[in-house]
Amino acid sequence: MTTLLSTPSQTVGPFLSIGLTWERAEYVVPEGTPGSFWIRGRLLDGAGEPVPDGLIETWQADPYGNFGLSLPPVRPAGGGSGFGGFGRAMTGPDGQYGLLTVKPGRVTDGAGGWQAPHLDVSVFARGLLHRVVLRIYFADEAKANSADPVLCSLPDDAARATLVARPNGDGGYILDIRLQGDRETVFFAV
Amino acid sequence: MSMSIPPAEAALPRFRRDPAGTHPPLLSPDYRSTRLRAPLKAPVDLPQRMTEVTGPVFGDGLVHPDDADLTRGYAEEPAGQRIIVCGRLIDGDGRPIPRSLVEIWQANAAGRYRHDRDNWPAPLDPNFDGMGRTLTDDEGRYAFTTVKPGAYPWKNHHNAWRPAHIHFSLCGRSFTQRLVTQMYFPDDPLFGQDPIFNSVPQVARNRMIAAFSLTDTRPDWALAFNFDIVLRGSEATPFDPERS
Repeated sequence: MTTLLSTPSQTVGPFLSIGLTWERAEYVVPEGTPGSFWIRGRLLDGAGEPVPDGLIETWQADPYGNFGLSLPPVRPAGGGSGFGGFGRAMTGPDGQYGLLTVKPGRVTDGAGGWQAPHLDVSVFARGLLHRVVLRIYFADEAKANSADPVLCSLPDDAARATLVARPNGDGGYILDIRLQGDRETVFFAV
Repeated sequence: MSMSIPPAEAALPRFRRDPAGTHPPLLSPDYRSTRLRAPLKAPVDLPQRMTEVTGPVFGDGLVHPDDADLTRGYAEEPAGQRIIVCGRLIDGDGRPIPRSLVEIWQANAAGRYRHDRDNWPAPLDPNFDGMGRTLTDDEGRYAFTTVKPGAYPWKNHHNAWRPAHIHFSLCGRSFTQRLVTQMYFPDDPLFGQDPIFNSVPQVARNRMIAAFSLTDTRPDWALAFNFDIVLRGSEATPFDPERS
């Protein structure tokens, strides 16, 4: 048996946008897709200051709970309409990110139950020597959230709240990501 | 425990955790930007389920062959030492990772990035944007043609210089395998004073350093460096050449 040690991680540095920008990568689905909405928020550091050189990368199931295993890739060539499930948003000068997507369906939990609708999220930035991972859940899925094994594994409601995007009144959702501090987002080791 | 896992789930790959000492600690105070950005709470274990063991699949239309040649696309060739950077994307079991996205970005030969926030007085090169992307082939191989990036100063500490490097982004097969790293060049005298390179435990640092390859050099054209990238291997199905 061959066992090779992994290549170590390094920061994306401040100039990540040169290499990681794809046209319309923040559109997980095309504009006008039924049921689509924006998830927005700010990426904040331990002083509460915006992180303007970060990348929020998302991976999710489609509305039926299926993953885009054989569907179009990151950016379908020519801007096609397939659902790839993968999104990327650079943070702006104010630390804001925004992704247009649809709510994923439920996914099994591997033990006979269901997980609540969620996105897996990687955060990259200057000053992060490896990515940090979180999930985005949805506040209007309270019943599913209350049975979700990952949310249930967290110590308290305050911890859970760091992962639950709130409806913002215009059909979209909002979730700030706090890298450090009193309300530090819950990050996962996968 | 395994009795309760439906067959479809039981068949999913699982990826083993990297041993301690593989990756840099998020809080590495010598790299000043980590001080306010590194999460300080211990991460919560996230068992690998469907979302974690799947990932985007990349189609043929995604990249153009010219995207892997950073010396093309402008009126003239960029300044600097022309090089080929090539290698394999493999997992910790030695298996190639085919059809997977590799993205790179780098400074030009003078050590300047084409970016609004890079304003140190080294020349921009009108013939170089420093961005490349490709898909690995069926054997997990990739190759870029580019120019050797220059070193550059930064404000981390007095007289701080980044060793020459190329940023690499890898998607692997799954969310769990996602990795961003930097490739360095052999014998760089700037290693000793660079807190980003040295944030990685010493035993693992050489895995970020490419090897000069006379074999891959293109005669009368370009020098070559090999850089194999290893992503996390499988939890339960070690590589068995008899079965693969």
